[in-house]
Amino acid sequence: MARIGVFICHCGENISATVDVAKVAEKAGKLSGVAYSVDYKYMCSDPGQTLIIDAIKEHKLTGIVVASCSPRMHEGTFRKAAEKAGINPYFCEMANIREQVSWVHPKSDATTQKALDIVRTMVEKVKKNTALTPIKVPITKTALVIGGGIAGIQAALDIANAGHSVIMVEKKPSIGGHMSQLSETFPTLDCSQCILTPRMVEVAQHPNITLYTYAEVEKVTGFVGNFEVTIRMKAKSVDHSKCTGCGTCWQKCPSKKIPDEFNEGMGFRTAIYSPFPQAVPNKPVIDRDHCNYFQKGKCGVCQKICPAGAIDYEVQDEFLDVKVGAIITATGFDLKHADFFPEYGYGQFKDVIDGMMFERLASASGPTAGEIRRPSDGKIPEKIVFVACAGSRDKAKGIEYCSKICCMYTAKHAMLYKHKKHDGDAYVFYMDIRAAGKDYDEFVRRAIEEDDVHYIRGRVSRIYEKNGKLIVKGVDTLMNGDPVEIEADMVVLATAVIANQDAETVAQRMHISYNKHHFFAEAHPKLRPVETNTAGIMLAGACQGAKDIPETVSQASASASKAIGLFSSNEMTREPIVAVVNRQAPPNFTSCTGCMLCMEVCPYHAIEREEMKDRTGNLIKVAVKVNAGLCQGCGTCVAMCRNKSIDLQGFSNDQMLSEVMALLNS
Amino acid sequence: MSEQFEPKIVAFVCNWCTYAGADLAGTSRTKYATNVSIIRFPCTGRIDFMLLMKAFENGADGIIVSGCHPNDCHYTSGNFHARRRWIVFRSLLDFMGFDTDRITFSWVSAAEGAKWAGLVDETTQRIREKGAFTDFKKLDCSTFEKISHDAITE
Repeated sequence: MARIGVFICHCGENISATVDVAKVAEKAGKLSGVAYSVDYKYMCSDPGQTLIIDAIKEHKLTGIVVASCSPRMHEGTFRKAAEKAGINPYFCEMANIREQVSWVHPKSDATTQKALDIVRTMVEKVKKNTALTPIKVPITKTALVIGGGIAGIQAALDIANAGHSVIMVEKKPSIGGHMSQLSETFPTLDCSQCILTPRMVEVAQHPNITLYTYAEVEKVTGFVGNFEVTIRMKAKSVDHSKCTGCGTCWQKCPSKKIPDEFNEGMGFRTAIYSPFPQAVPNKPVIDRDHCNYFQKGKCGVCQKICPAGAIDYEVQDEFLDVKVGAIITATGFDLKHADFFPEYGYGQFKDVIDGMMFERLASASGPTAGEIRRPSDGKIPEKIVFVACAGSRDKAKGIEYCSKICCMYTAKHAMLYKHKKHDGDAYVFYMDIRAAGKDYDEFVRRAIEEDDVHYIRGRVSRIYEKNGKLIVKGVDTLMNGDPVEIEADMVVLATAVIANQDAETVAQRMHISYNKHHFFAEAHPKLRPVETNTAGIMLAGACQGAKDIPETVSQASASASKAIGLFSSNEMTREPIVAVVNRQAPPNFTSCTGCMLCMEVCPYHAIEREEMKDRTGNLIKVAVKVNAGLCQGCGTCVAMCRNKSIDLQGFSNDQMLSEVMALLNS
Repeated sequence: MSEQFEPKIVAFVCNWCTYAGADLAGTSRTKYATNVSIIRFPCTGRIDFMLLMKAFENGADGIIVSGCHPNDCHYTSGNFHARRRWIVFRSLLDFMGFDTDRITFSWVSAAEGAKWAGLVDETTQRIREKGAFTDFKKLDCSTFEKISHDAITE
């Protein structure tokens, strides 16, 4: 027999001013099953909580209803008090008579009646409550970092330096990401590789970091603290444990005319290659799509000349299963590529290039060794036009968002060009200059005022070739929209930052959400900006949205701190508000019939198939079970279940029905 | 003058958006009708629509179902399931001759306290004009017998 205690709070005068609390307490005392009822000025205060604890002990209460503020405010407080008094904390319910009664209704009988209705509802609910135990889940203190760009590097180093193991997976042959391709970085103009490469080496040498390059995440199962990840180790065809990185193989490789991805196609590489001189690891892989041995079946030069005997043509993709507790997704971005701008001749005229190509031209390690030369004829351009917002903030192109970094890198490009070609002319067509960052606006002003870059506010309508020059037609909206025509030698388009092309696949493998542009979605745009909706999976860098290096590094450190926080205890406690499938004696085992509808609607893939077998191992029945580690307690499965075999703890069918009945039957 | 009819309305709301929105209406001291009482669910996806029928059976005159706006669900997709379920359920109710205007299906976010108050007042006014819901009470065994008798004789 239930013995329920009802505690009505005055909340100073917040409740008692409009609700006749004494009457509610008196009437609540007469409800069936209520053994004790009282009103008090401040239930959440120390004496208030003591009153509750003493009453539970004295009247041997089995459950309590605290009628006060919203459970979103003080549910935790009163559950703790219940626990102190020796009853299961989940036998405490709150009746919200402040936010939803006293504050929104005038003093009247109807208001008092509504308060009493809510109290009665919660009394009936608490009678159906069951003792619940918080779920304890062990934590594997290893983090998986997906992506070896600056975001992944920062996150991995932070976690590793905190003393935890890190597994880093990078799909390319080297870590470094887009940052390794950059020439100088804004707003300080320090050399990108100079600040990045020491960190790349640190990753490779860190005792707590295991680095897998040329590898991809194939499958992710499990839940926070206990993920099981399958990594596909793509066949490198080179045994890195033997290879010394001497470079003889790529010097002798006969397939020399393969467009070099690292130089954005403005140079060539060999079939066996290491992407750039500072690569980490600086050991080659064979690009099988371009290798004579794999394509034509003959060659084998590298194998013959390798002094370490490291070349192995027979090796296949391997799969590695690892267990990790947290995952940091740092898969980065891409730039919108050719054929997107037919009106700008991008992909048609060799000297219309994108921002990343310009970075390579300006970089000392680039195809021109840092001299800015036209890709078509190698001449140094006299006049360059930079077009900002090429694709970004353009509904017609399907990209409404701002790519965020273009204003700054365009100013940087123009500046770098002017620093190298003092008598050259640099023009920038822009929509707005968005230089909101520390020292950012000063940087743009410097480009305009000190380096004499011509900024023209307006859009470019068309670019075409005439007598070896690129004719750029646009308007100057600050000059009454007058048409502008510039004869340029080279045009640089600040093309839009887009999500990585395999972002959607990655998101689906990890069960994280993404927006319509395939950028990964954070759990809350303001208050949980680095976590995803899947507990234990964090985001770092441009995979979440366009951002520059400082912001990427901050976010990476933030997500690393989330992982470190998770690893600070051996197990974690979760609210036991999870779904459960009922259990019966064999041969039924459960009333679940295995229709699997719940499995289809579960957003967390928390429902698993379960096979019931007899003693000899014959399959008797197929049903489902809930993985409590994954379940977040939404209850969609419960509403879906045809025969009420699955139920949600804390919001069970029984409890909800009792609430409805009690609310309507006074 | 006869006293004005005060309907009983039950609101089935999700914990994360509409319940928080109703709390916000409280903290903003927005006044609204006393006729609506809230039952808190973790998510609109949890709402078994048979509970709506149970509410009508037990004397509710109107019902509000409200959760997070599409794409804002705390559990990613629960509100989409609720919406689909509602679309199917509504056509079933229509088919049975049930007045679906007695049910308000809405989205109220945690920031929309004023919207919640407006929704409550609107719904209360609408149900007040419709009067008490008596269809369930009119049903008794003889009605069912008559229906089945008619079905057989046809």
